[in-house]
Amino acid sequence: MSERQDVTFTVNGDKHAIRIEPRRSLADALREDCGLTGTHLGCEHGVCGACTVLVDDQPVRSCLMFAVQAEGARVRTVEGLAAGDKLHPLQQAFWDHHGLQCGFCTPGFLMLAVGILERDPDIAEPELREALSSNLCRCTGYQNILKSVLAAATEMRK
Amino acid sequence: MRWVGRPLPRYEDPALLQGRGRYTADLAQGARILRFVRSSVARGRILAVNAPPEVRIITAAVLGDVKPICPLLDRPDYVAVAQPILAHKRVTYVGEPIAAVIADTAAEAEDLAEQVTVESAAETPVVTLDQALAPGAPLVHDTAAQNTVIDARFETPDVAAAFAAAHQMVEFAFTSGRQAAVPLETRGAVAAFDSATGRATLSASTQMPHLLRTGIADALGIPESELRVIAPEVGGGFGQKMALIPEYVVVVWAARRFACTVAWVEDRLENLTASFHARDQRLHLRGAFDADGRLLAIDADILCNVGAYSNFPATCGVEPLMAMADMPGPYRVPEYRARARGVASNTCPMAPYRGVSRPVITAAMERLMDCAAARLGLDALEIRRRNLITEFPHTSVTGVVHDPGSYREAMEAAARVVDFGQFRARQQTARADGRWLGLGMSVFAERTGPGTPAFAARRMVINPGFERVELAMDPSGFLEARIGSSPHGQGLKTTLAQLIADEIGVAPKEIRVVAGDTDRSPYGWGTFASRSLVIAGGACKLAAATLRERLQAVAGQILEAAASDIEIGDGRAFVRGTDLGVEVRQLARAAYHQSHRFPAIAKTGLSAVATYDPYGTFSNACHVAIVAVDIATGQIKIERFVVVEDAGRLINPMIVEGQIHGGVAQGIANALYEEVVYDDGGNMLTGSLADYLVPTIAEIPRLEIHHLETLTEASVTGAKGVGEGGTIGAPAAILNAVSDALEPFGVGIFEMPITPQRILQLLRKAGCEAQ
Repeated sequence: MSERQDVTFTVNGDKHAIRIEPRRSLADALREDCGLTGTHLGCEHGVCGACTVLVDDQPVRSCLMFAVQAEGARVRTVEGLAAGDKLHPLQQAFWDHHGLQCGFCTPGFLMLAVGILERDPDIAEPELREALSSNLCRCTGYQNILKSVLAAATEMRK
Repeated sequence: MRWVGRPLPRYEDPALLQGRGRYTADLAQGARILRFVRSSVARGRILAVNAPPEVRIITAAVLGDVKPICPLLDRPDYVAVAQPILAHKRVTYVGEPIAAVIADTAAEAEDLAEQVTVESAAETPVVTLDQALAPGAPLVHDTAAQNTVIDARFETPDVAAAFAAAHQMVEFAFTSGRQAAVPLETRGAVAAFDSATGRATLSASTQMPHLLRTGIADALGIPESELRVIAPEVGGGFGQKMALIPEYVVVVWAARRFACTVAWVEDRLENLTASFHARDQRLHLRGAFDADGRLLAIDADILCNVGAYSNFPATCGVEPLMAMADMPGPYRVPEYRARARGVASNTCPMAPYRGVSRPVITAAMERLMDCAAARLGLDALEIRRRNLITEFPHTSVTGVVHDPGSYREAMEAAARVVDFGQFRARQQTARADGRWLGLGMSVFAERTGPGTPAFAARRMVINPGFERVELAMDPSGFLEARIGSSPHGQGLKTTLAQLIADEIGVAPKEIRVVAGDTDRSPYGWGTFASRSLVIAGGACKLAAATLRERLQAVAGQILEAAASDIEIGDGRAFVRGTDLGVEVRQLARAAYHQSHRFPAIAKTGLSAVATYDPYGTFSNACHVAIVAVDIATGQIKIERFVVVEDAGRLINPMIVEGQIHGGVAQGIANALYEEVVYDDGGNMLTGSLADYLVPTIAEIPRLEIHHLETLTEASVTGAKGVGEGGTIGAPAAILNAVSDALEPFGVGIFEMPITPQRILQLLRKAGCEAQ
């Protein structure tokens, strides 16, 4: 154990000032200190991508980033995607196209896809497949995840 | 409006999409965190467990008279072995829990666990089938001679004669590597103790909450009434979460002992090392064919490396016994001999994993068909035409009854979709260019929804066959269906709501399906064996029919008409052929608040219960894979994958296709990528997801799915199960396709996963140097 540090960042627009050990991962800080359990931990070694969040608009594995590295950052998680009752186009597309089954990988895939589509709204399917290969899903065989993200991309370009 | 057959978006999804789903780890806020200290040696004597004085550890001695887990089969050829909750005296596999520590945070618990040291006298372990079966091999358990914990045999009278009369005999050994289910959510448990009631509540990532309650209560020696088990959102299971595990017993024990809330969340290393594995099998298969390519007999020697312990309730007999009973699959096999052994080793125990043995036996049988076809000069379709079952019900040589299916029709449909002739032409052209394409197929039967007769045939002491459903309508007309199944990603709540909605005449959104809570749902067996839609769905339909009659009785009285003249639809009960009607919610209100008016439902109210216990029903499918093999690198690319599936009536086609997608992806993983590897010392070499290769979207091609619909009386809803077929059929199709691609080199594939290294080894052995 080591001395705790003060860290301040925003999550989904809300300011969070927390006092944590330097070894605390961003994922644990989001879940334990900010109470946002929508970000899931599937492997804690940076392979599965279930913990993907956006840090200053970049998709990152929050299990591989220390929370202290997020000082001053703008973090976005799955809890901030919907606007009130209105689902984000990606959330709506995953619902419409059965892009999830057990739902455990879903927050990570949603945040990864948000990052991809915000950076490249016109991304072609082969590049999209490549980018989505960052994350693992065990239920869907990825068929409907791809379909959902393509449908959301179309919707978001409107 | 009819709801069955519609691709209704799932009611489960909005919460999950917004990060509001509550999985077990999400419930651990504020809990004390428990961490296990696990064995780092595969076999040996424990000399001492040491910890600094300030660290309080839980060991077997501390647990005292907590009973071990002892899964039973009612068979003389099975050796029951008790698994201690925490290892004492001896350790039998790497990862076996020895002790536990508790701290306020996960990080502190890990710090404490690191201060606990286990002194042990390591011994040479038995890791592989060959090591375990070698003469004089050390015994994993003293009571299991030759390390054999089950040794089942089957033989029809004329096997020898059939082989003697055979025109052609095909014989090979087939090996499947050890695999892991890898649900994205690892296992975990949060147990809370309520000092006011003296009850503990366990929330756990499980597929079978009621059996957990029974198993834990038995281990702790408490009545089941003192324990409530909840399965919250469960992030995938695939069979790995359908067993009682020692960890859950310790968590509940600790919550009760320390009167607090205790959580354990498995990490991925623990999951890969010390959760359950599957499919570590070797088959020796012989098939006798007549001159026309008809199967005369099968002789199978089935060896399953089942690891250090059994599993509760399925037992370590699950793989060998399933392999023995279902080996003939969709084919007429007149004579059959099999020996199926479960062999103990100093490795992680086995549990059912999606498909249970059938991915392996289907791959072996489909390789047998292709090999026999080649010997006999038949093509892959023709030899199957001559052997597939076409008359129903068909009772297999092992006594398994197949209800009507479309084995032949599915294959012919797949052949039309893919156009085998066109592929052969393309294959020839490609070969001329030094590109090696192959086409492979598999035809298979997927036993789904087995009821008590099916499990009784396996002689299970705990027979998880029936399902019971309780339906109740509240005074606002809202329906609740309480089920004993325990879905974990299958969308069962939506599907069952669709079934009930059609039966009763209300919208699915007016129906809440309650599952996964032993205080709220009737005793049931959970979700596994592609059973929940078939059995819980059947019970829902039966209960709903009864409840509809009760609603008709109330409506008839309100509308002054005969109950038999009442129809219910779109939330309204009306007299047939008139516009005279009443809203279901008004009817419900009246039934509760003016019950004195309705003697017909005086005893039952607006509720109904039903139990369904079918024999089981077989789905079937044909898979076709087209692959390209790079002989320089050994890489295999799947160019096309086609599934023609018959799962009877599709209640929600979108959900059915999702099951096939995920199943096929796991089958592809089994065929090409995933393998648990141990070193000679029994140490896990694939303890991370960088080593155990779960495929990404880059490895899974677009899947084409076509449906056939055979309706049978074996399922009261017409629906057959569909959870495992994708995984069962895909490895066979891929292995046949790779073998077809490499046929010019004389290379056939008889092992899975068939990795690039193994392809190159086989090519080298065949005398083909890398080009």
